[in-house]
Amino acid sequence: MNAVTVENVSKRYRKGRTGYHTLREDIYNLTGRLISLGGDKRRDTDAEHIWALQNVSFQIEQGERVGVIGRNGSGKTTLLRLMAGITRPTHGKIMVRGRLGVLIEIMAGFHPELTGRENIYLNGAIMGMSQKEIKRKFDEIVAFAELEDFIDTPIKRFSSGMHVRLGFAVAAHLDPDILLIDEVLAVGDAAFQKKCLGKMEDAAQEGRTVVFVSHNMASVINLCPRAILLVAGKKYSDGPSSDIIAEYIETAGTGQGERIWSDPKTAPGNEKIRLHSVRIVSDGQVTSEVDIQKDVYIEIEFWNFKPGALIHTSIHLLDKMGYGVLASANMHSANLIRDEWFSKPHPVGLYRTVCTLPGNLLNEGRYSINAIVLTDIMDIEVFAAEAISFTVHDSGAMRKEYGGGWLGVVRPKLAWRTEYLEPLVDSQQKGNK
Amino acid sequence: MRVDLAKEEQVNTNAAPVTVFHSSGGWITGKLHELWNYRELLWVLTLRNVQIRYKQSILGIAWAVLQPLALMLIFTLVFSALLKVPSEGVPYPIFSYSALLFWTFFSNSLNNAIPSLEDNAALIKKIYFPREFFPISSILAAVFDLLIAAVIFLGMMFYYHVSFTLNILYVIPLLIIQTIFTMGVCFIFSALNAYYRDVKYALPLVIQLWLYATPIIYPLSSVPERFRLYYMLNPMAGIIESYRNVLVKGIAPDTFYVGVAAAGAVLLFILGYWYFKRIEMTIADIV
Repeated sequence: MNAVTVENVSKRYRKGRTGYHTLREDIYNLTGRLISLGGDKRRDTDAEHIWALQNVSFQIEQGERVGVIGRNGSGKTTLLRLMAGITRPTHGKIMVRGRLGVLIEIMAGFHPELTGRENIYLNGAIMGMSQKEIKRKFDEIVAFAELEDFIDTPIKRFSSGMHVRLGFAVAAHLDPDILLIDEVLAVGDAAFQKKCLGKMEDAAQEGRTVVFVSHNMASVINLCPRAILLVAGKKYSDGPSSDIIAEYIETAGTGQGERIWSDPKTAPGNEKIRLHSVRIVSDGQVTSEVDIQKDVYIEIEFWNFKPGALIHTSIHLLDKMGYGVLASANMHSANLIRDEWFSKPHPVGLYRTVCTLPGNLLNEGRYSINAIVLTDIMDIEVFAAEAISFTVHDSGAMRKEYGGGWLGVVRPKLAWRTEYLEPLVDSQQKGNK
Repeated sequence: MRVDLAKEEQVNTNAAPVTVFHSSGGWITGKLHELWNYRELLWVLTLRNVQIRYKQSILGIAWAVLQPLALMLIFTLVFSALLKVPSEGVPYPIFSYSALLFWTFFSNSLNNAIPSLEDNAALIKKIYFPREFFPISSILAAVFDLLIAAVIFLGMMFYYHVSFTLNILYVIPLLIIQTIFTMGVCFIFSALNAYYRDVKYALPLVIQLWLYATPIIYPLSSVPERFRLYYMLNPMAGIIESYRNVLVKGIAPDTFYVGVAAAGAVLLFILGYWYFKRIEMTIADIV
């Protein structure tokens, strides 16, 4: 039996002007519309609106766990909001069977002036629990959040981590038939994230229906056997998670993993050197989505305007928080191979320098690149901060045995070997007893 | 979140309720059922509004009394002592307080309910429940203030030796009419405020003007006869005048005035609720 049926759902938003506007603006627009009366009305509205979702249909059976994936702006969150009834579709309809639980930024129902206890009752009610039900589960919720000592403190005195724990603890005890999850795992410390993931796995094992919207391919693979890929507001594909994620990585990147400055007068840099482009190439394509096992080529193209300049190129690799992961440069002593242009006078012209980041080096997640071009070793001529970014996706290659995430900024595949040294002698065995 | 479905949309008899979200929201059909399912939440939200109102203030709940009381003192000083505004033989303090008590309920309701969708934007964007709970719970929370301020009124009744009559019972239907009217106003303007913040900025001015267009400072009898009919188109005029009649003067309210006010209130409520439900579908995209 279907738990969720989505039928030809489309959602249109007003372009650029989401959010409120003043009466004056609307009167102005209205006047504009009246003046252009008789003109092509439909073209006018199309120009002002954007379709966040178009003709999306699918069914989710009771007990199924489905991941919804796609790039930013592909309509994932809109779809989730429609399923939760937060906003209504412009066309089409959505049917949901059973009690719906939504984990979308779980702190939304909190009020800072109220205590932890008061907020549990408030948030529980907002999520659809009865007061009796909350009372029954109260101790369990507090224990899950590990906030026994602070439960009568106004939550404005809580740390952000405590907020998150309290929010998830309430949501985790909702016992819905259908659980909608939007990236909640992006918050909280690692230990608490693990606890949450465990709770979601429990929910799945208890036969609840789970719809999980995420950027995190690894958790989609772990949690959901099935995935739906959205591209530009349309359902692109639907099927087993591993296939769909592979498809996502393949298709998502085109045209995105590249930045070009076509005007040599305004490009980053100075009168000596200017940046022409930065791009990410992997698996033979320009892409911003990279398979964790594949080599990544960072290509930097620059113009040299000063004849005979001594130029070298460098990068900083930053993680999603902006912390430096590594720095590298094409100087001889720092280069795994040999770059013939290093230390050689450069005639005026356009150059391309390529740095190879080996596969199985980075961890999954988003990274960005500072592109730097220097002269005479010391002088920075071009510094393009976060010139480009890319996302490394774990295809599951290193998760055949252990399914969880890997700790750390990098996730290199290293060589391991165990040797059998010697059997135990009798005296050691006895000593053990 | 638990949402039940209107009868006509019940797909089969399976125990799990089915919720349907589609573009045309329809309106009251099936929605009353939904309101009933969420009734506990309405209570919790009201309680929240009461709880947070006076948190981190020294005087706390005393503010509920201070507001009408201070206005009464100012009005007595300015309009009675200095300007000699007539008060139909009733001591001016109780003359004005009997009106200010209920006027404060009205103005507090507007002040809290009209920005309520904007104030709860974060919540509206994250989770669904009937959006009318925001203005309604704000109004219900203002009832709490009314009850506190009414205690002072009782004290004044004794102090000025105002006799209680059975006509006091008219307060109940009057309060119902006032609440229906207030809800109608708040539905329309809280929804409008979600679109146009102008509403919020105009609100203090409008409330101020409205106070002067209502017989609070002066008696209805000082409004010239020929303007009286237009004057009474303001439902608050009939309502406030009637409170004063039944509480202070001990006489029954004028049925015509109450009738006009009640008709206006119901009409505005229906219009307001219809408008509110119409924009409810997309409020999360706009607010």
